Amino acid sequence: MRIQAIVKRVTRQFLRDKRSIALMMVAPLLVMTLLWLVLDMEDYIPTIAVTDAPAPLSEALEEQDAAILETDASHGKEALANEDADAHLLFDNNQPELTMEGSNPTATSAVQNVISSAVKQLNPNAPDLDVSFLHGSSDLNLFDNTGSVLIGFFVFFFVFIIGGVSFLRERTQGTLERMMATPLRRWEIVAGYLLGFGIFIVIQSIIIAAFSIYVLDIYMAGSFLSVLVTAFLLAITALSLGTLLSAYAKNEFQMIQFIPVVIVPQVFFSGVFPIESVEWIDAIGKIMPLTYGADALKAIMIRGEGLSAVTVDIAVLIGFSAAFIILNIIALKRHRTL
Amino acid sequence: MSDVVKMENIQHSYNKQTVLKEVDLAIPEGQLFGLLGPSGSGKTTLVKIIIGLLTPESGTVRIEDKQMPSFQLMQKIGYMAQSDALYNELTARENMQFFATLYKIPKSKQRERIVEAADLVNLSDVLDQTLETFSGGMKRRMSLAIALLHQPGLLILDEPTVGIDPVLRASIWEAFRKMQQAGTTIIITTHVMDEAEKCDNLALLRDGYLIAQGSPEDLRTQSGTETLETAFLHFGGAGHAHTGNR
Repeated sequence: MRIQAIVKRVTRQFLRDKRSIALMMVAPLLVMTLLWLVLDMEDYIPTIAVTDAPAPLSEALEEQDAAILETDASHGKEALANEDADAHLLFDNNQPELTMEGSNPTATSAVQNVISSAVKQLNPNAPDLDVSFLHGSSDLNLFDNTGSVLIGFFVFFFVFIIGGVSFLRERTQGTLERMMATPLRRWEIVAGYLLGFGIFIVIQSIIIAAFSIYVLDIYMAGSFLSVLVTAFLLAITALSLGTLLSAYAKNEFQMIQFIPVVIVPQVFFSGVFPIESVEWIDAIGKIMPLTYGADALKAIMIRGEGLSAVTVDIAVLIGFSAAFIILNIIALKRHRTL
Repeated sequence: MSDVVKMENIQHSYNKQTVLKEVDLAIPEGQLFGLLGPSGSGKTTLVKIIIGLLTPESGTVRIEDKQMPSFQLMQKIGYMAQSDALYNELTARENMQFFATLYKIPKSKQRERIVEAADLVNLSDVLDQTLETFSGGMKRRMSLAIALLHQPGLLILDEPTVGIDPVLRASIWEAFRKMQQAGTTIIITTHVMDEAEKCDNLALLRDGYLIAQGSPEDLRTQSGTETLETAFLHFGGAGHAHTGNR
């Protein structure tokens, strides 16, 4: 009955705070959309300045997806300097020399691709490689690859902030202490909070996942329900971590200070960036909840696996949540030892 | 008359600074008992120890002969904190419903209790407004109403009348008297002398020490002074002067 009272109150409060609802429900969609605009693009078409190239090579280059700029040697250099071209291919006494503009890694690798394909085309003896994909397809772009991880990240981030700050507010406005002056048990407070916010977390997970998959058309090979379960577990972890850490913040500003320390590093190790396979670096990621959530999301969305294939990730997430919840119940002793 | 609250040799400190020292205090049943002392003298700490929010470093608190802290006893205590611990997004009624449920007042009785308590503090007309529209005094009264909801036998009020105008203050004191007649023991903290004057018994607190106890009349005769204020100065000077700033 007491837990129910907390659930009802938390829900009522949150429903009246329109702006926080927007932050939790709409802001992730906005950010995902912007990300999609940035990452979901066609392959880069490089511009290559060419000087004195033999005719067959020029033709071969043009057949590839590349813009060719016929210049003399000095104009080629100029084009690079002005960023009109991504590379300059110069034949000096039939000796090819390639100069990259080099400031943009995407452009550099695009140029390399174009040139190696062109060279291959000129050499009929090269074996024709048949490429097929076990997972994904040749169309799998950066958004598809990192998007699954980022769904997990945004769920984690927004739930952490909103859950943490609202629990913190109970402390700063004295209502937590006031509740503690009633016969309410410490675990009942934590349970009430988890359930109260749980309702919104489910809705948020559905919105973010559905929007990414059905509107932004992110690559999705697995089942929607599996994605939801993973996102929800990740959110519960974020909520229990946020409410726990709020015990160590004196005000909202200090709560925000946890973002660069606790949230941002998790992104680095969650698989958005390829991690070097150095064991100790990998070990850092192993202590971060997002690593497991992201791993499960990737397996489900890109490799099309079911929940049974990610049981370890799921177990770890549940373990993290349980640990944070217990620690939070203990941390509440600060307000009442009983 | 038996003692409702019995404290023995209470000692407590925050960050190595001792806030309460050697406090022995017995509060008889049915009394309106005042804890008088300047701010920083340890009143709120003492109150928090009585209701069980703080466990003292040493010493014991017994309420109705049972050791605090205990959930069973907490159910019997009404508490009004020094700062208004209320949910501003909710209406007065919703705030009261929430706390009523925490005290497990049955749904069928809640409505009636809420109306009664709101009536006592003159908030009946604004029950369905959110607290964002409330003035400081209204919030103070709201906190008081919440403390009364479950009809506790022991009421502990930390500076209950701060920010309440004289007319309303008088009516609230009248309510205290009524509750007292109904058998409620009331402990209030105050630093206002004319409020202390209205209490049955007083404990004077200074720098964490209990410097004197007794009815306002007793305290005046003991010290040979005419007002409580000079009596306070008398005990303070004679007792443990300048032992710290708490």
